[in-house]
Amino acid sequence: MGLEAKLKQDSFFTTTVDAIAAWARKNSVWPMPMGISCCAIEMMAVGGPKYDIARFGSEVMRFTPRQCDLMIVAGTVTYKMAYVVKKIYDQMPDPKWVIAMGACTSSGGMYRSYNVVQGIDQFLPVDVYLAGCPPRPDNLLNALITIQDKIGKTKVRDFQDQPLSEYPVNNKI
Amino acid sequence: MERKEIIIQKIKDKLPGVQFTTAEFRGELSIILNKKDIVNLSSFLKDDPDLAFNFCEDVTAIDWARRNQRFTMVYHIFSMKNKFRLKLKCDVEEEDCNIDSVSSVWKTADWEERETYDMYGIHFNNHPDLRRMYMPEEFEYYPLRKDFPLMGIPGSLPLPKK
Amino acid sequence: MEKVIKENAHSKILDALLADKDITIEDALENEMILNMGPQHPATHGVLRLLLRLDGETIVSCVPELGYLHRGYEKMAENMSYHEFIPHSDRLDYLAPLSNNVAWVLAVEKLIGIEAPPRAQYIRMLICELSRIASHLIAIGSFAMDVGALTVLLWTLREREKILDIWDILCGARFTTSYTRIGGVANDIQPEAIAKAEWFINQFDDNLTECEYLLNNNRIFIGRLEGVGVVSGEDAIQLGITGPTLRGSGIAYDLRRDMPYLFYNDLDFKVITHDGGDCLARYFVRVDECRESAKMVRQILSKMPKGNILFNSPKKVLPDKVEIYTKMEELIHDFMIVNFGINPPVGEIYNAIENPKGELGFYIVSKGEGHPWKCKIRSPSMVNCQGLPHMIKGCMVSDVVAIVGSIDPVMGEADK
Repeated sequence: MGLEAKLKQDSFFTTTVDAIAAWARKNSVWPMPMGISCCAIEMMAVGGPKYDIARFGSEVMRFTPRQCDLMIVAGTVTYKMAYVVKKIYDQMPDPKWVIAMGACTSSGGMYRSYNVVQGIDQFLPVDVYLAGCPPRPDNLLNALITIQDKIGKTKVRDFQDQPLSEYPVNNKI
Repeated sequence: MERKEIIIQKIKDKLPGVQFTTAEFRGELSIILNKKDIVNLSSFLKDDPDLAFNFCEDVTAIDWARRNQRFTMVYHIFSMKNKFRLKLKCDVEEEDCNIDSVSSVWKTADWEERETYDMYGIHFNNHPDLRRMYMPEEFEYYPLRKDFPLMGIPGSLPLPKK
Repeated sequence: MEKVIKENAHSKILDALLADKDITIEDALENEMILNMGPQHPATHGVLRLLLRLDGETIVSCVPELGYLHRGYEKMAENMSYHEFIPHSDRLDYLAPLSNNVAWVLAVEKLIGIEAPPRAQYIRMLICELSRIASHLIAIGSFAMDVGALTVLLWTLREREKILDIWDILCGARFTTSYTRIGGVANDIQPEAIAKAEWFINQFDDNLTECEYLLNNNRIFIGRLEGVGVVSGEDAIQLGITGPTLRGSGIAYDLRRDMPYLFYNDLDFKVITHDGGDCLARYFVRVDECRESAKMVRQILSKMPKGNILFNSPKKVLPDKVEIYTKMEELIHDFMIVNFGINPPVGEIYNAIENPKGELGFYIVSKGEGHPWKCKIRSPSMVNCQGLPHMIKGCMVSDVVAIVGSIDPVMGEADK
């Protein structure tokens, strides 16, 4: 969007470009399913024939982070798994959003124990929190629509000049 | 004779050097023995053609949180031929926290003993590959011991930065 | 023992990977590679990490690493009462939650020494068999998807949605139901649920046959799975494998037949085995078990007795809600049971049932208090994963996906 970068103020041209870009982005959100435990099964049901997520534009659930915009963290995140989730999040290109699905990701859920992270917002920026254990598939579709509304209000200018997110290179296998 | 009496009689006949006592609760028989005899008794129970305890269901430990004989190792074994379940128990001290591994007798015990080592800190001699099972390798504590708090020790497991 | 510090920590798992006593390659030009099939992978059925050592495309050795979903169940069970653990038991094998509920409640009832009334037992058998069908449907569907047949997953998900609707009517939740209680079940089965179960069973056979048409005579499906991941019966028993994985190697060991619980003695069913020990045999075992379970559901629905659904023992079983709000005795009992627990006698038991994945066992040690002193969960998926290095050796990388799918581990159970 080179031309757009030169126009910094809100004119008729930029707002139309904003509207078209936001409309295109929000109607083709491709989720990255970070399916860890029970909520992943409800996410599979959302992809199934009864609660169809493809009619909302999320035609494919690509399992590679390079081609996705939305990460749905579904399942309990433990301390060991937190590094993996953060690594995958860093590999996703901008712009990206995160849904914290279920009680376990929002706040640790029913697991007050030594190995469960009490809420993934301790290391990831979260956009939508979903309640439920597990949330019904309709609830996940509601969250997707909320994210789509949020994307619909963004401007293209918000995503320019972003610093490269720090991708930690570590030698852990 | 009932199956329980057959087993006890056979152990007394064939392995006279093994001291053991028995206990029973809700129809389940347990044999309590000394920890140095465990591999001997296990291979006898498995190889005997009449007893044939060829399936090891579970290996675990109990932490009694007392000064003497703090841990008890429990082995659940099952005989598919006779459809009979048996428990073997031995006491382990806290200072001398090791016991021989039975993974040479039943391969199932391999991972179960690794899990017991991870959770309780009991070291298994002659184990082919004793690593931690669930916790990260650099974790310093043993979670299922009674002196480890439920919420964990703050700072023992680091989180990635935001 | 030397203290493990961060620098030498990860070399331990690499040592385990590189130290393989069976390998005798002395080639100076061997080109080996270590590949990490990490915890986040589309085909590993959850967060299972596999470290593979490859020689070209063939796998030389493999070390699985678990623990990415270790939630600390056993520690939590020591701090909560027996009733409070029922929702936690749902989330163990989250593909068949009602089966785990039944397993936990049966173990606690054995410890206390009570038995639920016959109608409750039949309802428990019904939900166990329905969850077996639901779990096998997902196993078949995702297994076929891993191998390449994407349509089958959508068809099996459609069938599974019908079962989830039955559970929705029965207990209010599609999934993670917490339906059973110590001494019986939470509420009586409604006539709509029974009617829906009958309707489902009547049309299930044809739909399953439709899925089989796509797969059973498919050259690619059979070519990909035949002879892959072979484990013989003797090795399987040694490794502790149970469930459809063991029955796919020819050993007829089924806890419903060998150590019967509930009323399985009154039902007429076959224990399905297939010889071969490879992925194809395990697939056939699962499909045939679905059909057997459908037959058993028909028998259960026709034999269900009338009666009450909770055992009458005021100090151990939670009383009925209507009586709690209107009578004094029940109010006191409810208060005591919820706050102080049921206080079973001092002792320990081990009880195992036939979960769809294998033998799920609970070992509970009680010191007479309201919460267990120790609770160990013998999870079938963890012990089945122990057989993975044995099955994978010698196969190619794309076979790993098929083998993991045919074992069907569930990491919530394997990691506890």
